[in-house]
Amino acid sequence: MTLPGPPLWLLAELTYRCPLHCVFCYNPVDFAAHEQELSTEDWLRTLREARELGAVQCGFSGGEPMLRADLEILVAEAHRLGYYTNLLTSGVGLTEKRARILRSAGLDHIQLSLQDSTREMNDFLSHTRTFDLKQRCARIIKEHGWPMVLNVVMHRLNIDHIGRIIEMADQLGAEYVELANSQYYSWAELNREHLLPTREQLQRAEAVTNEWRERLGERMKLFFVVPDYYETRPKKCMNGWGNVFLTITPDGTALPCHTARMLPGLAFPNVRDMSLREIWYDSEGFNRYRGTGWMKEPCRSCPEKEKDYGGCRCQAYMLAGDPAAADPVCDKSALHHVVTEAVERAQKGLLETRPLIFRTPDESRRLLART
Amino acid sequence: MNPAGARPCLNPLFRMQWEQAQQSWVLLYPEGMVKLNQSAAEILRRCDGERDMQGIVTDLEQAFSATGLAADVNAFLEIARAQRWVVWK
Repeated sequence: MTLPGPPLWLLAELTYRCPLHCVFCYNPVDFAAHEQELSTEDWLRTLREARELGAVQCGFSGGEPMLRADLEILVAEAHRLGYYTNLLTSGVGLTEKRARILRSAGLDHIQLSLQDSTREMNDFLSHTRTFDLKQRCARIIKEHGWPMVLNVVMHRLNIDHIGRIIEMADQLGAEYVELANSQYYSWAELNREHLLPTREQLQRAEAVTNEWRERLGERMKLFFVVPDYYETRPKKCMNGWGNVFLTITPDGTALPCHTARMLPGLAFPNVRDMSLREIWYDSEGFNRYRGTGWMKEPCRSCPEKEKDYGGCRCQAYMLAGDPAAADPVCDKSALHHVVTEAVERAQKGLLETRPLIFRTPDESRRLLART
Repeated sequence: MNPAGARPCLNPLFRMQWEQAQQSWVLLYPEGMVKLNQSAAEILRRCDGERDMQGIVTDLEQAFSATGLAADVNAFLEIARAQRWVVWK
C-alpha cells in the first residue's frame, strides 16, 4: 500500500457538554463515560502536530464548543498555524463580546446550527425564543464579515416544514444552508424509527427546495441531503477511512470518524500517549480499514470499490454486525433488505411506541448501565 | 461573459495559500478546499482587484514568456466567477 496522504481535515471535538438534548446527536450514546477533557496544552500540541502533518481545515465542534473557556486561545493558535478555522455551534453563548474576540483571534467561519428537533424547532417555526437567538447570532455573524452558513438537521418530524425553514433562513440572511437529513448513528440510531422520513416526504421536500432555489437565485445556496437509506450505493464515508479526516474526541481519542469508537475489537490511540504522526500512519486503529485490502465479497471484486470504499464501517457494523462487511445501503449487500425493511416501515408509519430518547448525561449513564 | 474593463479580485470569503504538505496552492472556504493546478493558481494570484483581465493576461504572458493566453484566462475566470472564487469590481 502506498503511504496515505496527510489528514487534511482536523475535527476537534472540544467537549461533550451541551445545553441542547438533540435526539439525533452523533456524539456516542456512552459519552458520559468519556468526559475527561483534554487540557488547553494538550489541544495546542494536537493542533501543532496535525498542522505539521498537513491538516489545513480545522473544525471546532462538540457538544457545544462555546462551553470551553479556552476556545479563543485554541482558535488563535489554529489561525497562527495557518488553518482555515471553522466553529460549529448552536449559537448558545455567542455574545457580541465573544464574537469580537473570536474574530480578532482569526476565526474564519461560524456554522450556525438549528439542532433540537422538538422545542428548538417549534420555537423557531413559531418565531419565539430560538428564532430570536438565531437572529441575534446571525446579525453578529454578518456584522463581523463571516459567511452566514446555517445547518439544519432534517428528519421525519420537521421535514414537512422545509419551506418555512428556508423562508426563515432567508430572513436570517443565510448565504449557505445545509438541509441535511439526519444520519442514523448514535442517538439518531436509537431514535431511527421516529426520524426516518417517508419517500413522499422526501420527494415533497426536494420539490419545495427546488422551488426555493429558483426563487432565491444567487442569494442563497441550498444543499439538500437525502438519508442514505434511500440510496442503492453507499456513501464514500469520510472520503475513505484514514484518508483525509482526523477526529479528536474531548478525551483525546483519535478517530478516523466521529462515530468509529463504537467498532468492536479495535483500539484507538489517544493524543495523550502518542504523537499524531504515529497515530495517523502507524496505529492499528487508522490502518485497519484503509484502502481496499481488508474488503470481503461483494466489495472485493466490485468495480466500484475505489469509488465508495464499501461505504461506512460503522453502518456495516450496526446493520450487518461486521465492520468489514459491505455497507447494507448497497443493493449488492446480502443484507440490503435490512435497509429496505426500515424504509418500508417508514412508509407504513409504524412508529415505535417507545418515546424519543433525548441526548442527556442521565440518559447516557442509563444506556451505559444497560450494556 | 466576464465584464470588460472590470477588475476581478478573490472573494474575501475564500483564502488562498501555499500548502507545503500538498506542494500546491489551495483555496480554502467554509469546511472545504480546492486544490489548484499551477495555471489556476497563477491566474488567481493576480486577481487582486487592481488589474483588469487584460492586465492579468499581459502579466502572465510576460512572466511565462508566452502569447495568446487571453482565451484560457477568460475561460478560467468564467469558472471562477460561477464558483464564487472571484468577484468583480
